Amino acid sequence: MPANPFFALDNVSKRYGGVHALRDVDFACARGSIHAVLGENGAGKSTLMKIMAGVVQPDEGRMTLDGAPVAFPNPAAANRAGIVCIFQELSLMPELTVADNITLSSPPRRLGLIDGRAQRRRSEELLARVGCEDINPWSRVADLPLSRRQMVEIAKALGRDPKLLILDEATSALTAADVDRVYRMLFDLKARGLSILYISHRMQEIEALADRCSVFRNGRHIETFDKGARTHDEIIGLMIGREIEGQFPPKPLRPRPQPLIAIKDLAWENRLNGVTLEAGRGEIVGLGGLDGQGQKELLLALFGVLRGVRGAVTLGGKPASATSPRAAKSGQAAMALIPEDRKSEGLILSMSIADNLSMASLGRLSRGPFIDPGRTRAAVARAIEQLRIKIGDPADPVSTLSGGNQQKVVIAKWLATGPDVILLNDPTRGIDVGTKQEIYRLMRELAEAGACMLFYSTDYEELIGCCDRVAVMYDGRIVRELEGEAINERNLIASALNIVEKREPAHAH
Amino acid sequence: MTSGAITTVPQRGFRLGPDDKPVLFAAGFVLLILLAGTGYTLFTQGNAPLLQPQYLLQQLQVGAFLGIVAAGLMVVILLGHIDLSVPWTLAAAAMMATAVGGPWAIPVGIGIGLAVGLVNGLGVAYLRVPSMIFTLGVNAVMRGLMVAHTGGFAPQTAATELMQYLAVARIGGVIPVALLVWAAVSVFVVVLLTRTTLGRSIYAIGNRERAAYLSGINTNAVILIGFALSGAAAGLAGVLLAGYSTKAYQGMGDAYLLPAIAAVVIGGTNILGGRGRYLGTLVGVILIVLLNSVLSIMQMPEAGRQIIYGVVIVAMLLVYGRGNRVTG
Amino acid sequence: MSDAALSPLVVEAPRTPKRGAGEWMLRIRHHAGFLGALALFVVLYLFYQASHPRGFTGQVLTQNANEVFALALIAMAQTVPVLMAGLDLSVGAVMTLVGCIASHLVNGGPGQIALGIATCIAAGAACGFVNGCVVVYGRIQPIIATLATSAIYMGLALILRPTPGGKVHEDLSWAVTSDVREFSATFGLFDDGEAAWLQPFAWIPVPLILLAIIIIVVWVPFTRSVTGRTVYAIGSSESAAYMSGLPINRAKLAAFTLAGLFAGLGGLFLALQTSSGNADIPQAGAYTLNSIAAVVIGGTSLLGGTGSAIGSVIGALVLRTISFNFRIFDVAPLMQPLFEGIVLLAAVSLGGFKMLRLKNKLEVFR
Repeated sequence: MPANPFFALDNVSKRYGGVHALRDVDFACARGSIHAVLGENGAGKSTLMKIMAGVVQPDEGRMTLDGAPVAFPNPAAANRAGIVCIFQELSLMPELTVADNITLSSPPRRLGLIDGRAQRRRSEELLARVGCEDINPWSRVADLPLSRRQMVEIAKALGRDPKLLILDEATSALTAADVDRVYRMLFDLKARGLSILYISHRMQEIEALADRCSVFRNGRHIETFDKGARTHDEIIGLMIGREIEGQFPPKPLRPRPQPLIAIKDLAWENRLNGVTLEAGRGEIVGLGGLDGQGQKELLLALFGVLRGVRGAVTLGGKPASATSPRAAKSGQAAMALIPEDRKSEGLILSMSIADNLSMASLGRLSRGPFIDPGRTRAAVARAIEQLRIKIGDPADPVSTLSGGNQQKVVIAKWLATGPDVILLNDPTRGIDVGTKQEIYRLMRELAEAGACMLFYSTDYEELIGCCDRVAVMYDGRIVRELEGEAINERNLIASALNIVEKREPAHAH
Repeated sequence: MTSGAITTVPQRGFRLGPDDKPVLFAAGFVLLILLAGTGYTLFTQGNAPLLQPQYLLQQLQVGAFLGIVAAGLMVVILLGHIDLSVPWTLAAAAMMATAVGGPWAIPVGIGIGLAVGLVNGLGVAYLRVPSMIFTLGVNAVMRGLMVAHTGGFAPQTAATELMQYLAVARIGGVIPVALLVWAAVSVFVVVLLTRTTLGRSIYAIGNRERAAYLSGINTNAVILIGFALSGAAAGLAGVLLAGYSTKAYQGMGDAYLLPAIAAVVIGGTNILGGRGRYLGTLVGVILIVLLNSVLSIMQMPEAGRQIIYGVVIVAMLLVYGRGNRVTG
Repeated sequence: MSDAALSPLVVEAPRTPKRGAGEWMLRIRHHAGFLGALALFVVLYLFYQASHPRGFTGQVLTQNANEVFALALIAMAQTVPVLMAGLDLSVGAVMTLVGCIASHLVNGGPGQIALGIATCIAAGAACGFVNGCVVVYGRIQPIIATLATSAIYMGLALILRPTPGGKVHEDLSWAVTSDVREFSATFGLFDDGEAAWLQPFAWIPVPLILLAIIIIVVWVPFTRSVTGRTVYAIGSSESAAYMSGLPINRAKLAAFTLAGLFAGLGGLFLALQTSSGNADIPQAGAYTLNSIAAVVIGGTSLLGGTGSAIGSVIGALVLRTISFNFRIFDVAPLMQPLFEGIVLLAAVSLGGFKMLRLKNKLEVFR
C-alpha cells in the first residue's frame, strides 16, 4: 500500500449472475505515479476499472478518494470527482466533430449555449498537448483513421482535467510515433502529480512506464510490487498461477512443401502494393510487420471481401479469385477466415453456441434447403470436443462464454467447413495465456493434418514461436521473408521498420 | 461493454421453453379478452357469442388476411428491416387479379406481390437504401400505378370464383378455406424459419449481418428473398381479400400494415430483427383480431378503439418487450 | 530499450486538410446531403416559377408557403427522433390532435385566443413528452412506442372531432396565411401595413416568417445546447454518449417533447389554414410518412447522428415543389401520385449506387 493513497478500494466485490468478477479486492493508487494493472482476461481488470469509473457499481465494499468515502452511480459522477477513463473500446461519437467529442461533456458556454469558437480553441489546446496539432477540430471522428481517433480519445480525457487517469489498452491502436507521444505525455502528467492506472498486455510497455505493478487473477488482487522487484517470468507466473512451460509446440523440421496457394503481385487501392507470397500444405506462414501495413487487407482480399483487387492468386495451381466469402469457402481449395473482431465479425453473440458453430457449414449440414438436425448435432458435439470448449449447454447464447472460449467457437465454426487454407487475423488478441497455448497447439495439429495457414499477429513472440516462415510487410508489400533461425525479434523489428542492413538483400528468399 | 447485448436464446418453432414469455403473455391476454367480452355480452345481451365455435371460426376467417400479411412481414422484420409497401402491394395484387380474371387471376395476383417484393429487396439489399424509406417509395409508386390504372375509381372487375371460394367457402360448411390457406402459409413459414438454412441465415442477418456475410452467407440474396416472400404474402392476402369482398377497391390494404406490425411485435419479435418466433406472431394476430371483434360487439366508436388499441400495445410491451438499459 | 514502439524512425506523416480552404471543404463535405437538397429545391422552384403562367407574384409565393408550412414543421418534428436513430410515427397524429384542439379553442377574444394557442402548443409538447416517457422509462423501441401512442392520439382527436368541423378566429386565420402587409392591415399595425419602411418586406408570406422564427428561436438554440448535442451523440453512438457522461435520458425526453412541440405547431397552423379541425386518419398517416421522406431528402441519416431540421425543411420544400410543378405542367391528376413516388424512389436510390462501387464490402454493414 502506498503511504497516503489517493484513491483506494476496500474489500470490493462484484458479481455478474453467479460469477464473481471481483472478490474482496483491496487496491490503492498514489499521486504522481504510474501504476500498471496486469492479469489474464477475466482476471477482473476491466471490472475494477469499470467500478472506479462509475460504469458499474460494486456489490460490496467501499471506495475512498483522498480519504473520504465516495460512490459513483454513473460515469458522469466519476468524471466530476476527477476520475477519467480511456477505454480500449472507444467512447467517441463517430458522426460528431472532434471538437464536439473533446468538449461535449462540459462545453464552454456563452449565454447558456455552446460557444463554438471557444470549443475549437479548447480542442486545439488539448490536441496540442497530446502532440496532435495536425488534427482539425472540425473533422468528423468517423473520417479519422483508428490511430488518430485514439489520440482524440486521449485528448478528450485530458480535457476533463483528471486527477486519476485510467488507460485500458490505450496504445493498442496507435502508431509508433503516437505511442511515443503518449509516453511523454504520461511522464509529464506523472510529474504534475496525477495518479495514472495503466492496463496493458504488452510487457515492454509496462517495463517502460510503470512505477508499481499489481497482478490480478480470478477476480482477486494477487500482489502489488515496485518496478523491478519481479522478473518477467515471475510476473507471468503470478498472472497465470502456475509455471508456463512449452508455450509453443515444437516445429517440425522438413523441406518446404509444394505451394498450395500462390499470390502474385496482389494490389488493392493504395493498401496493397504488389504482394507476392506462396504457402504450402503443412506450413504456418506468419505475416509480420507493424500494424496497418496491409496484412489485414491481404487476408480480406484473399477471402473475397475486397473489390478491385489486381494480381493473380492460384490455389493448387489453378487460378482462383474469390468474389465473396461464400465463393472463397467453396472454391477448389476451401478457405476460412478467422476475422479480426470476434464480437462483430466472428460471432453472432445473441445466437446460441450451436447456431454459431454451424453457421459457416450450413451447406454441408443440410439436405436440399433443410438443415439436418442429426448431422448438425453431431457436428456441434464434434467441434466442442475437438477444441475443448467449456460450455454448459450448446443452446446457450455464445455471449455467455468467456473471450477465450468465444474465440474457440470462431475457430471451430470454420474447422467444420474442412478448410484447406486458413487465414488467421490476429486470433489471440485479448485472450488469456492458457487458451493461447491451446490455439497454438491446434494450429500446429491442423498444419500437420495438411492445412495451409496464413497467420497475422501483432505479437512478435507468437510469430517467432509458431511460424515456419514469416513474411514481413511494410507499406503494402512484403519486404522480407524470414525462415528458421532467422525468425527472431531483432530481425522482425528491423524488417518491420524496413531498416535493412546493407549486406542483406531486401527480399531474402 | 457489450452495448445492448441480447441475452436470451432465439428459440424457434413450437417448443415451449423458458423464453416463451411473450407468447404466454399474449395467449393469456387473448383469454382475458375472451372472458371480458363474454362477461360483457352475458351482462348486456344474456348470451355468449364469443364462446361459440361458429363465431370464433368466423373471426379467424377474417383474421386470416391479417395473419398472412403478418407472416410475410415477420420474415422482413426478423431480417432487421420493414416493409411499408404492404398496403398498395396488397391492393395492386387484388386489382390486377380481378382485372386479369380467369385461371390466371391468382398466379398474377401473387406474382405482382412477388415482383414488388423483389424490387424492394433489390433496393434494400443491393442499393442499401434504408428499408423504411425505400418501401415507402415503392408503396407510393404502386399507389400511383393503381390510381393511374383505375382512374381513381373502384375497379369494376370482379373476383373469380376460385378467389371467392378460397376466401369465403367452408369445407363441410364448418372449416373456412381461408383458415386453411392461413394454416398452410403458417406451416411454410415455420418450416422455413426453423428447419432450413435460409431461416437460419435470416436470424443471423437480423442479428449481425457482418458476421453472417463473413461466414459465407450470401446476405444480399437472403434479404432479396425475404422481401420477395413478404411481397408474395401481401399479394396472396390481396387475392383473398378481393375474393372475400368479391371485388378490389381503393385503399383496401391500408388497414393491414399497422395491425400486422403490431401483431408481429406483440408476439415477441424484436422490431430490430434477429429474434422472435412464429408462434408469437400467430398469437399476436389472434389477439388483434379478437380485440377488434370484442370492440365491435361492444359497439365501441372508432375513437375508443384507437385508444384501446394503443394502450394494449404499450401495455404488452411494457410487460415483456423492454430493451436493455444502456450501460456502455 | 528494444521496444520498437519507442523508435522515432517511423514517423507517419499524417495527411490533413489545410486550414482555410480545407476548412470549407470539410464543411461542404459534412453538409453534402443538405446542400444537395438545397440545390435540388432551388432548381425545381426556379423552374416552377419560370414556367408559371403568371410569373413570379407574391400571391403565388404566399399560396406555396401556406401549402408547405405544415409539412415543413412536421418534417422538423420527425428530424429530432431520427437524429437519435429513432423514428416518431406519431407526428401526424399529434398534428391532427392539436389541430382538433385548435378548432375548439382558438376563437373568441384576444385573451381566449392567446390561451387557446398556448394550450395547443402545450398539448403538442405534452404528447411528445408522453412518447419520451414511454421510450425512456418503458424502454420500448421508439418506432413501436410511437406507433401505439399515435393510435391513442388519433382516438383523442376523434373524440374531439368525430366529424370535421369547428371554427377558428377568422382574422387570425387570414392574417397568418397571407403576406406581411395583410397581416399588418388585419391587426392595424404599422399604419395598416402601409408604413414606408415596411414596404421592402411587405410581400413576404407570414408562414415563412413564422418558420424562420421557429427555427431561430427553437431549433438553433437547441442544437447549440448540451441537450441538443447529446441528441446527436446518442444517434452517433449511445454507449459512447453514456461513457462520456452525457445526460441521455434528459436528451431523449427533450427530443420527443420537441418533436411533439413542432408537430403541434404544424397542427395549429393547419387548423388556422383550413379554419377547422379534422381527425382524418389517412391524412395523419400520409403526413407521418411524408415527414420521413422529407427528413431523408434533407440529408438526415436514418441511422442517426447527422443532419438537421433545417435540411428537413428543405426536404419538405422539395416534396411540395414537385407537386407545384405537376400543377403547372398539367400532369393528369391521376398520374401525380405515380410521379411523386418515382421521384421519391429516385431521390433515395441515388445515394445507393455508390454502394455498388465500395472497395471494401465490409463497409456496407455499418
